[in-house]
Amino acid sequence: MAIKVEHIDHIYGAGTAFEQYALRDVSFTIEDGEFVGLIGHTGSGKSTLIQHLNGLLRASSGQIYYNGESIYEDGYDMKALRGKVGLVFQYPEHQLFEADVFSDVCFGPRNLGLSKEEIDARAREALEQVGLDEKFYGQSPFELSGGQKRRVAIAGVLAMHPEVLILDEPTAGLDPRGRDEILEEISDLHQKKGMTVVLVSHSMEDMARYAGRLLVMNHGEKVFDGTPKEVFRHYRELEAMGLAAPQVTYIVHELREQGVEIPQDLTTVEEARDAILQAWKRKQAGNGSDRRA
Amino acid sequence: MLREITLGQYYPVDSLIHRLDPRTKLLGTLVFLVSLFLSRSIWGYLLATAALAAVIRMSRVPFAYMVKGLKAVVILLLISVSFNLFLTSGEVLIQVWIFKITREGIRLAGFMAVRLIYLILGSTIMTLTTTPNALTDGLEKGLGCLNRVGVPVHEISMMMSIALRFIPILVEETDKIMKAQMARGADFESGNLIQRVKAMVPLLVPLFISAFRRATDLAMAMEARCYRGGEGRTKMKPLHYGSCDYKAYGLMLVYLTGSIILRYL
Repeated sequence: MAIKVEHIDHIYGAGTAFEQYALRDVSFTIEDGEFVGLIGHTGSGKSTLIQHLNGLLRASSGQIYYNGESIYEDGYDMKALRGKVGLVFQYPEHQLFEADVFSDVCFGPRNLGLSKEEIDARAREALEQVGLDEKFYGQSPFELSGGQKRRVAIAGVLAMHPEVLILDEPTAGLDPRGRDEILEEISDLHQKKGMTVVLVSHSMEDMARYAGRLLVMNHGEKVFDGTPKEVFRHYRELEAMGLAAPQVTYIVHELREQGVEIPQDLTTVEEARDAILQAWKRKQAGNGSDRRA
Repeated sequence: MLREITLGQYYPVDSLIHRLDPRTKLLGTLVFLVSLFLSRSIWGYLLATAALAAVIRMSRVPFAYMVKGLKAVVILLLISVSFNLFLTSGEVLIQVWIFKITREGIRLAGFMAVRLIYLILGSTIMTLTTTPNALTDGLEKGLGCLNRVGVPVHEISMMMSIALRFIPILVEETDKIMKAQMARGADFESGNLIQRVKAMVPLLVPLFISAFRRATDLAMAMEARCYRGGEGRTKMKPLHYGSCDYKAYGLMLVYLTGSIILRYL
């Protein structure tokens, strides 16, 4: 059990005219090695929720446990927690500040108080993981392209060797190619390094493709929690919340309504393609046997 | 983290005071400030207290929320009170070493404290009940006559409203960058002075970059909409005095006359 969240509430501006529930009675457990997708429309409490997981925000009530220990216990080492639970904010390139890429990535591990060699090794490793070429290491991060800046920022968190990696819309504002590359790298970290990943995204296609489990937030409450297939079965409810299922789900449902025999919980384009082809072949074979008869 | 700054923050409720024309509120605040400096006796302050209490009541802003703005000036308050307390000559009441407290000193210090607190409360009510935009609109229109002597009133008020508009944005941005750096293990709270100043670099560099980026974006957006200064520019919502405003002006006149009379009584 990596992270256990128990009945947390978060109220902004308690006791003033601005009082607002950002989170209401949210509970879930994220196990080691999971790839969890977090969805919800703007203002649903996703960003507030993930900031609780590494102790940047404190819940108004409720408890959070990391590896069985309550993070609200007196004397709990928050700095160590933030090293273990790496959080990549939205537009993380806005946090870059050093004169060159390499030193910026060193910032995180340096704050952990590691030796010079260890810091260098980690920074190098992190930059390799995000696929940034060595020729950029000495450049100013402000001269890089948007996608490259984002990689540097993600590397800055990876260099802390987190056990859990939380990313808030890591692909916002990137072109399709940069998006796919970053998602593939995250997926690699999950599969090869066994890192626990929590990904916030608006792309249902990405969620269907990468996440093993989906959490859906609406108005500060957790509404669905299950595999993408289970969650996307509620596509009508998702729409009512201003969300949607992957586009291919709609085609699948249309086809089923028209009598094509394919399973209903197809969520990726590849799955749907295979199922439709199979149905097509079955139909062809059926037609053939009809004619013979 | 940084949400506790009250000064200059609009408090969104609907009240009689909120609905007044910004010019009325500006002049009202001015009248109130003048009256504070007119008062010399306890009666003048009682009148000011009554007026202030009535306005606070009408504004429907929680008093506790208003008082939060006072925290920022506690030091200033303490300094001026102690200066008045110890450095006024007159009938000595208590003397410890070279410090002596006189009857006149206590009186002056007390009045000074009340005056300062009322000054701040008075102007806080204005900013709490008026949006920054309405405030600068009011200033622009109210000071429009200065245009004739060559003061670029519109430009100044535009600069003011942009500056005011950016305060919450930059506060939010600071909060965000602080959190992002804390997520990378940055520590803004412990260490000695030099360490703390050094810890600010990862916060200030991104903040400056972001402020410049926002400024360029805004300038570009304004140019794209053909902004070229105040000349011939009309308002979407021009300011109009309503019946409440005339009544408010009437009350202000009564109040000002009252405090002048109390001064010479």
